[in-house]
Amino acid sequence: MRPFDYSRAADADTACTAACAPDAAFIAGGTNLIDLMKLEVLAPSALIDIGHLGLDQIEEQGDDLRIGATLTNAELAADHRVRRRWPVLSRALLAGASGQLRNKATTGGNLLQRTRCPYFYDTDTACNKRNPGTGCSAIGGEQRNHAILGTSEDCIALHASDMAVALRALDAKVEVRTAGGSQRRIDLADLYRLPGDTPHIETCLAPGDLITAVHLPAARGDRQQYRKVRDRASYAFALVSVAAVVGMKNGRIDHIALAFGGLGTLPWRDPDIEALLTGEVPRTALFERAADTLMRDAEPQDGTAFKVALGKRVLKAVLTEVTA
Amino acid sequence: MKLSFSVNGTPRTLDLDPRVTLLDALREHLQLTGSKKGCDHGQCGACTVIVGGRRINACLSLAMMHEGDEITTVEGLSGEGLSVLQQAFIEHDGFQCGYCTPGQLCSAQAMLDEVAEGWPSHVTEDLNAPAQLTQAELAERMSGNLCRCSCYPGINAAILQAAGTKAADPA
Ligand SMILES: Cc1cc2nc3c(=O)[nH]c(=O)nc-3n(C[C@H](O)[C@H](O)[C@H](O)COP(=O)(O)OP(=O)(O)OC[C@H]3O[C@@H](n4cnc5c(N)ncnc54)[C@H](O)[C@@H]3O)c2cc1C
Ligand code: SF4
Ligand code: FES
Ligand code: FES
Repeated sequence: MRPFDYSRAADADTACTAACAPDAAFIAGGTNLIDLMKLEVLAPSALIDIGHLGLDQIEEQGDDLRIGATLTNAELAADHRVRRRWPVLSRALLAGASGQLRNKATTGGNLLQRTRCPYFYDTDTACNKRNPGTGCSAIGGEQRNHAILGTSEDCIALHASDMAVALRALDAKVEVRTAGGSQRRIDLADLYRLPGDTPHIETCLAPGDLITAVHLPAARGDRQQYRKVRDRASYAFALVSVAAVVGMKNGRIDHIALAFGGLGTLPWRDPDIEALLTGEVPRTALFERAADTLMRDAEPQDGTAFKVALGKRVLKAVLTEVTA
Repeated sequence: MKLSFSVNGTPRTLDLDPRVTLLDALREHLQLTGSKKGCDHGQCGACTVIVGGRRINACLSLAMMHEGDEITTVEGLSGEGLSVLQQAFIEHDGFQCGYCTPGQLCSAQAMLDEVAEGWPSHVTEDLNAPAQLTQAELAERMSGNLCRCSCYPGINAAILQAAGTKAADPA
């Protein structure tokens, strides 16, 4: 690990200002950052510990919930309000990592976790995300935990978070505080950027931008599901996952939100699928069309070709169950 | 950098490079070598310790992040004699080489508290019902601790005995 300065920020202002220094980084749970620093994939000059800013609260705002950025994934999954009213979020969190990791991992850190592309982790290989302009070793190399949607010629890395998939289906917003002290709220959809020819730029956040909370609006459907398919039964990243939030009325799909993990370069959502399903009576032929729509622009590699069939099957299974 | 925390009830002060992980601080600087380094990347659970009542991977945490914290390692699980959980591991052959055992013990100890607090898991059918410690629940909740000797049957039996629970579903 390269040397760095460590400081524990006393308040959000100090934290944001300190994080504007060249190559400085916030550290929350550290479960992703320390991993990458050990391998020298990342070598921040300074770490600003945001674990003691009091951002670990969860509060009700009318029918909505405001989730602090440093609340642990374990506490969030176990929260009684989340379990009752946003079960898809609890389910997604509980499907991720391990008991130990969830006790450390935070809301903000989970959203901003880096890809698990093995070449990104291996500093002896070319990788546009780690070293812009060097090329992509995954394209033409070994692929498995890679994306097939939203990819570019320069990067096919997956966004690996389970939590973010549920949050996308729930129309979550992210509260950000800038170094100047101003606040803004952005749709989770707008937080992430497609790789394009700049895969090293993953979000719209600027240096010093601190995620302070995630805003969760009341869920629009009471039928919620998170289905994750992976290489082993537990403690593994998703090959494919689907988060579904559905409301039924008179035997028809009244509202539906679907988000996908394991497939996209960012937590994936496709309004065309939702438009196709809304107002319809659930039936197999309709679900087939939804699955085809999801994959219409898929660009798999040899190693990820299986995800086309798998993704379709998981979507159809989830739709069948959640509308039954 | 100066750091003060409590380990197994004893206040400790260290002067460390910020790069030192909690695991290395315990093992190399406090000679508490019970906690083991398996992967050093959060993938095996051998380094599991209990911080403020919660189990974490000591390898993925910087020592500096634990200023003022209360840390329990495997060395702190026993009092006068072995803990109920430790005794159960012996009775049920919950280990072979023993390398994963300190992590298994710390993890199981804190996991039982999570169950007592009603925390659900990935395999819990009803998120809002009280948590039950079935075999399936146990396997899921302990999935962060790998055992290369594959002593899982013994480990599971030991934890269930310590929990005073009979598995609701066999196998
Ligand atoms: C073995 C293993 C298995 C895993 N399995 C899964 C899995 O199955 N599913 C899954 O979803 N995840 C999984 N994870 C990833 C895990 O969820 C993340 O490591 C964790 O959520 C990161 O949170 P953290 O608080 O530890 O982040 P940190 O490591 O502290 O930070 C991560 C990044 O976010 C930045 N950051 C953190 N907080 C803020 C903030 N408030 N504002 C601005 N920037 C911030 C940091 O600067 C850093 O760049 C796994 C991890 C490991 C090690
Ligand atoms: S897929 Fe992206 S992260 Fe992986 S090697 Fe290619 S550029 Fe790097
Ligand atoms: S040594 Fe920490 S998880 Fe393996
Ligand atoms: S007893 Fe050998 S690794 Fe578990």
